Amino acid sequence: MHRTRFMALAFAAALGCCHAAHAADDLKDLREQVRQLKEQYQQRIEALELRLLQAEASAGKAQASAGRAEAAANQAAVQAGSRPAGENALNPAMSLILNGSYANLSQNPNGYRINGFVPAMGAAPQRGLSLGESELAVSANIDPYFRGTLFAALAPDNSISVEEGYIQTIGLSAGWTQGLTVKAGRFRSGVGYLNEIHPHAWDFADAPLATQVFLGGALAEDGIQFKWVAPTDLYVDVGLELGRGRSFPAGPEGGRNKNGFGSGTLSAHAGGDLGASTAWRLGLSQLRTSPQDRVYEDLDSTGTTVRNSFSGASRLWVLDGIVKWSPNGNSAHTSLKLQGEYFRRSEDGSLTYDTGAASLGTRTGSYASRQSGWYVQGAYQFMPRWRVGYRYDRLDSGNTGAGLVASGALAAADFPVLAHYSPSRNTLMADWSPSEFSRLRLQWARDQSRPGAADNQVFLQYITSLGAHGAHRF
Amino acid sequence: MKAMLKLVVALAAAMPAMQAFAALNIFACEPEWGALAQELAGDRASVYSATTALQDPHRIEARPSLIARVRSADLVVCTGAELEAGWLPLLFTQSGNAKIQPGTAGFLEAAQYAAKIEIPKIIDRSLGDIHPSGNPHVHLDPRNIAKVAAELGERLARLDPAGADAYKARAASFQERWRAASQRWEQQSARLKGVPVVVYHRDMSYLINWLGLREAGSLEPKPGIPPTPSQLAELVERMKREPARLIVYSAYNDARAAEFLSERARIPVQMLPYTVGGSPRAKDLFGLFEDTVERLLAAVK
Repeated sequence: MHRTRFMALAFAAALGCCHAAHAADDLKDLREQVRQLKEQYQQRIEALELRLLQAEASAGKAQASAGRAEAAANQAAVQAGSRPAGENALNPAMSLILNGSYANLSQNPNGYRINGFVPAMGAAPQRGLSLGESELAVSANIDPYFRGTLFAALAPDNSISVEEGYIQTIGLSAGWTQGLTVKAGRFRSGVGYLNEIHPHAWDFADAPLATQVFLGGALAEDGIQFKWVAPTDLYVDVGLELGRGRSFPAGPEGGRNKNGFGSGTLSAHAGGDLGASTAWRLGLSQLRTSPQDRVYEDLDSTGTTVRNSFSGASRLWVLDGIVKWSPNGNSAHTSLKLQGEYFRRSEDGSLTYDTGAASLGTRTGSYASRQSGWYVQGAYQFMPRWRVGYRYDRLDSGNTGAGLVASGALAAADFPVLAHYSPSRNTLMADWSPSEFSRLRLQWARDQSRPGAADNQVFLQYITSLGAHGAHRF
Repeated sequence: MKAMLKLVVALAAAMPAMQAFAALNIFACEPEWGALAQELAGDRASVYSATTALQDPHRIEARPSLIARVRSADLVVCTGAELEAGWLPLLFTQSGNAKIQPGTAGFLEAAQYAAKIEIPKIIDRSLGDIHPSGNPHVHLDPRNIAKVAAELGERLARLDPAGADAYKARAASFQERWRAASQRWEQQSARLKGVPVVVYHRDMSYLINWLGLREAGSLEPKPGIPPTPSQLAELVERMKREPARLIVYSAYNDARAAEFLSERARIPVQMLPYTVGGSPRAKDLFGLFEDTVERLLAAVK
C-alpha cells in the first residue's frame, strides 16, 4: 500500500516538475541506446569471430589429424608390406626342436640287438629319464639360385652332429629343367618314406625295426641329389642320389678312401588325391652300395667276442606307401594316416672271420644273404588334439650263406648272430597335442628283437618346436 | 634298376596329358583367389584351387597333388601373411618351378595388397598361432577384393601379354560390378551396425570391420587353440551378462562348440560360408557376399 502511493507520487512529480528537461533526456537516452547496441553488436561480433577462429582451428586440427591418420595408415601399410631394415632383417629362419622321454624297459638295454641282422643295429633306448636329441634348424635363400639348410643335432651326450646340411637349387629356369631340383651336401636320402622325415615328426617314439636294420636308423649321405617332378597333374617324381657311402649300409664308417661314389639311390614316386578326402603316395627305391670291411661283432663258439667284416655288394629295394584320409580333407577334427614300407636286401661278397685274430684265427670265405622286413602303421585322430596309433614290425633274416660254414672251416655256432630269426614288434601309442607346436606321447611296445627275451617297453615323451613355423610334410 | 626305369617310363606314358590347354595355369591357395582369378582371366586360364571351403587353410599339408600342380603353374595366388606358413614354403622348394618363387611376377601374395587389421603388437606363441603380419583372412572385406583384383589384373596382363586387352576389359567390368554390388550389400546390411557377434576363430574380423558389427568374443580362447569345456562355460556366463546377438562360425569349423554356446546362452547361431564353395549359394565371389549378408540379416531380426 505504502509503496504504491510512493510510486504514484514519484510518477506525478516526474510528469509535472521535470517536463522541461524531457527533450534533452530523450537525446541522451537515444545515444545511450545506440552505444549499448554498438557495444552489444561488438560483443556479438567478437564472440562470432572467436567462434569462427575456434572452428577454423579445430577444422585445421581435424584436417591435421586426418592427415596424420592417413600418414600412419600409409606407414603401417608400408611396414606391413616390408621387413624391418637393418642387419637382422636377412637372418635365416630358425627353429629348435626340444624333446625328452622317460623309458621303462623290462629287458636290459645294454644287450639290445635285432637278431639275425649285422651289424648289431637298433638304437638301444636308455632307461629312466633322458633328454632326446635337440635339433636346431636354420634355413634361408642364399641368392636367387640357391637355398641353404642346416639341421644340427645336439645329442644328450653333449656331442653335436650335422644331421643335414645342404644347398638346393630354387627352381631352375623354365624349359625341360622346370621341376628339377638339385641338392648337394649332407641330406636324408629319399629312399623309402620315413627316411626323409625327422624323428620329431614321426608318429611313434622310435624308428621301425626295418628302418633300423636296413638303413641304420636313418640314411643321410654326403652327396648330390637330382629330383625331377613330371609336368603332370598326377604327381610323379624320379630321383637319383650319388653319395660318398659314409655310413651303413656302405662301409667302413666314414666312407672308403677312393674317388668316385660309394652309394647310389634311384627312386620314383607317384601320388595324388582320391576326391577331397583322401591323398596317397607310392614309392619304389633302390639303394646300391659296395661295403668294404664293414665290421660287426659276434660271440664265437669259444665265447670270445670277435670282429668280423663283410666286403661286397649290397642292394636294397624299398616299396613304400602312404594314405591319408580326413572328412572333406579337413583334418581339424578327424583324420587317419596309414603307412607301410617293405624292404628287401641282397648282399653278396666275402666274410672275414676274426679280423683281429683274437680267437680261432682270421679266415675269409664267401657270403650271400637275402633278407627282408616290413612294417605297417596307422595313426587315427579321433578328436581335436588326440590320436591313437598302432604299428606292427616284422623282419625275416632269411638265408645267410657263409662259405666258411658250408666248407666246414668253421661252425654255425661261430656266427650266432647270423642264425635265422624273425624279429617282430607290436607298438601302441596315444598322443595329445596341446597346440601345433607341442605334443605329449605315451607308447607301449612288446619288442621281440632278441630270441626268447620279449622286451616290454613303455615310453613317455614330449616333443616341442619353437621358432619358425614347422613344415607340414605329407 | 632297369626294371625301375621301365616302370617310371610306363607310368609317365600311361598318364594322359591332363594339363588343360590354357594360356595360363593358375594355382590358388584358397578358393576365394581361385574365384577371383577365374573372374579376371575367364577362359584364358585354367584355375586350380588347393583348398576347399570345408578345409582350414592353416592345416593343409604339402601333399603330392599340390606339388604337381605348383610345378606346372604360371601364377600362384595365395593369401600370405603366414596363413600358408606350414605348406606353401614346401611347395616352393619341392616343385622346382622358378616362375612362381616369392619375389617373381608369378607369385601374388594377396595380403600385401590389402589393408590389414589386427597386426599384433606382441609377437609371441604363448598368444596362440598368431600372424605377425596381421590377420590374414583379408578377403571378407569386399574393398580388399577390389584391391587384390587390381593387382591380379595387372599380373595376368604381364604374364600373358597376348591377352592383355582381354584382361583389362574383364578387370574393368569386374570392378564396376563389384563396386555396385558392394554398395548394395552395404545398404542392405545398414541395420547390422553395432550388432555384437561371437565368432569361432578370428577369421571374420574383416567382415565385422566392413559391416560395422562388433566382435563380442571368440570361441577359441586364443587363435588356433580349440576351446575346452571350462572355457566354453566361462563364455556362456559372460554371454548371460552381456549377451551377443549372434554366434557365427565358418563352413570349415566344427559346429558343436558354436551350437553348445547357442543353446546355453540362448543366442542364435549362423554358419557363414567364409569362402567360395562354403554354401550352395556361394558359387562365386558375388554369391559368397550375397549369401553372407543374407544369412546375417536373417539371423539378426
